[in-house]
Amino acid sequence: MAQKTQSAERELTMSRAMVEAIATEMRESEEVFVMGEDIADYGGIFDSTQGLLDEFGHERIMDVPIAETGFIGAGVGAAQSGMRPIVELMFADFFGVCMDQIYNNMAKNTYMSGGAFSVPMVLMTAVGGTYNDAAQHSQTLYGTFAHLPGMKVVVPSTAYDAKGLMHNAIRDDDPVVFMFHKRLMGIGWMPAPDGPKTGVPEDPYTIPFGEASVQREGSDVTVVTLGLHVHRALDAAETLADDGIDAEVIDLRTLKPLDTDTVLESVRKTGRLVVVDEDYRSYGVTGEIVATVAEDALADLEAVERLALPDVPIPYSRPLEDEVIPGVEDIADAVRMVQG
Amino acid sequence: MYDDMVTARYYEERLQEEYLEGKQPAFDISAGPIPGELHLAAGHEASGAGVCRHLRDVDTVTAPHRPHHVAIAKGVDLKRMTAEIFGRQTGLGKGKGGHMHLFDPDVNFACSGIIAQGCPPAVGAALASKKRNQDSVAVAFLGEGAIDQGGFFESLNLASVQELPVVFVVEDNDWAISMPKSRVTDVEDGSRRADGFDLPGVRVDHDDAVAVYEAAGEAIGRARDGNGPTLIEVQVHRRMGHFMGDAQAYRPDEDKERATERDSIERIEADLREQGVEDHEIESIREKAHDRVNEAIEWAKDQPEPDPEEAYEDVFTNSPSGVEEIEPMLEATGGDE
Ligand SMILES: Cc1ncc(C[n+]2csc(CCOP(=O)(O)OP(=O)(O)O)c2C)c(N)n1
Repeated sequence: MAQKTQSAERELTMSRAMVEAIATEMRESEEVFVMGEDIADYGGIFDSTQGLLDEFGHERIMDVPIAETGFIGAGVGAAQSGMRPIVELMFADFFGVCMDQIYNNMAKNTYMSGGAFSVPMVLMTAVGGTYNDAAQHSQTLYGTFAHLPGMKVVVPSTAYDAKGLMHNAIRDDDPVVFMFHKRLMGIGWMPAPDGPKTGVPEDPYTIPFGEASVQREGSDVTVVTLGLHVHRALDAAETLADDGIDAEVIDLRTLKPLDTDTVLESVRKTGRLVVVDEDYRSYGVTGEIVATVAEDALADLEAVERLALPDVPIPYSRPLEDEVIPGVEDIADAVRMVQG
Repeated sequence: MYDDMVTARYYEERLQEEYLEGKQPAFDISAGPIPGELHLAAGHEASGAGVCRHLRDVDTVTAPHRPHHVAIAKGVDLKRMTAEIFGRQTGLGKGKGGHMHLFDPDVNFACSGIIAQGCPPAVGAALASKKRNQDSVAVAFLGEGAIDQGGFFESLNLASVQELPVVFVVEDNDWAISMPKSRVTDVEDGSRRADGFDLPGVRVDHDDAVAVYEAAGEAIGRARDGNGPTLIEVQVHRRMGHFMGDAQAYRPDEDKERATERDSIERIEADLREQGVEDHEIESIREKAHDRVNEAIEWAKDQPEPDPEEAYEDVFTNSPSGVEEIEPMLEATGGDE
């Protein structure tokens, strides 16, 4: 169940951890390859494929035309042919030009074929704001992808998790959307908070999907979140501890499947729930978690608060972006609200 | 045309200085007065200037993620554009859009940071012009890397079959971020893609603003006269990285050098001198451009930042009742510091 980050001598950034998993799987199997824009010589705009070209060459680390419908659909076809493609959509925001391949093929072909076909493909994509890149380059869109049946949706927040989840994603026989937050990758030009760089064992290991991680145990309130906001919630929890409020912080790690047990167990203990998400509020992750808890633990629930983007496209200017993306203080305030 | 080109070049040199403030020595994209990505167009000036010289305010232009030279040539308000890039309240988009998303209805200019996605709206503007029996035209700018995108092909087809007054201008700088053209297409001459849609395709080599001007004049004239779309591909050069902060490790040194050797601005200056334009005249155009740019940048930097509450405005033109309630229940605290 709850699996904590293991300590290891060696610390890696989240991008190095992802790359290590991909490289290991590529060595194991010729069927694994990577396709995307700027993933070869550049190593991925967010370092998601850094260094792979040297070992595997352009045949297996393939730069492709800027034509996402074409190459993501080709990924589906290759996967249905039994290969294990890892395809990168540079920013999740660009899904608009290629959603048909993602949603009507990648996600549905297993079902529509009555299980005759499987689509063992990983769609890896960068999400998140906090560097003022405005409305077309800053979304997280967790909810959009998790809303559509047929895809598994993974959102790591640490290097340890990123490696284990990536191994699992590549080995999984179903389509997996692997959504990594840019701010967590440890890229030179976009400093990460301290949290995502963790100890990572050198040997391969998998983290099963559908197992949330309790990042901080606490007795007063449950904070459920994912991605970058795990680290913001942990910072908020430190502040709150000074005020005598003991917050439990749960990192969902995967949205599909969703580990409702860990969330419910925690809420039964604390009686108070705050859900934090960098995605839009309406019809999103926060609503889903609150509804789940309301269905199954209503009697234990004393207070609820949710923090998410207030249904506005992400603005460019710094004061505007800061206003809409939940910050550490916002999370601490939300926790204080449910504390009453 | 020359003044637009030197304005664009100098404008971007100044923007670059401002952008790097606070980002040195360690480059942090979110630091400094201009955060976010910044794509500069040094080496692209010939296409923006040569094409837009034929356009009036009522004509529509859609620009991609590298928009400044096109915006300047189209006559976008330089001060408000700069304020937008600095994220200020009086910017074109009140600080909501930023450098890739510049919108100026006074001169019918719009942008998209999603590759090739300015093409369909340009076709739509041309469709509106045709339906209303007007003689305005639309021009969509895009990079050679963008012409593999479905939206581009769909636009060519729709424009062609409806004989719409639209011109597609492809700026071929040989690179799409780190991907050389040769890696993603077997067709070196992008203007040949017009063949598949039975519309004229023209290629202009060597960053030659005068040649662009002539080719664009013909295409825009044809569009205005109701004779349908044209595809123009212009060879330009990317003198810099794809975006600020791009170390270009993927790019051979010879290629970087080649890109700076051929300069559309030097070329047009040589043309002007050949035609007998005197040095002091050229100098005076430059000075005027510099003054204009400096003035715009100083003005923009003096503008106020938006009030955080403005984040909730402009989602709709007519806010449906109840939308306000979607705002967070908490007091705004301004994010983490
Ligand atoms: C649909 C989509 N895919 C990918 C991107 C990311 N991207 C932004 S610019 C760019 C390269 C564009 O190259 P090109 O069209 O040649 O223009 P240039 O940057 O060279 O001016 C890419 C891949 C995007 N913005 N939109």
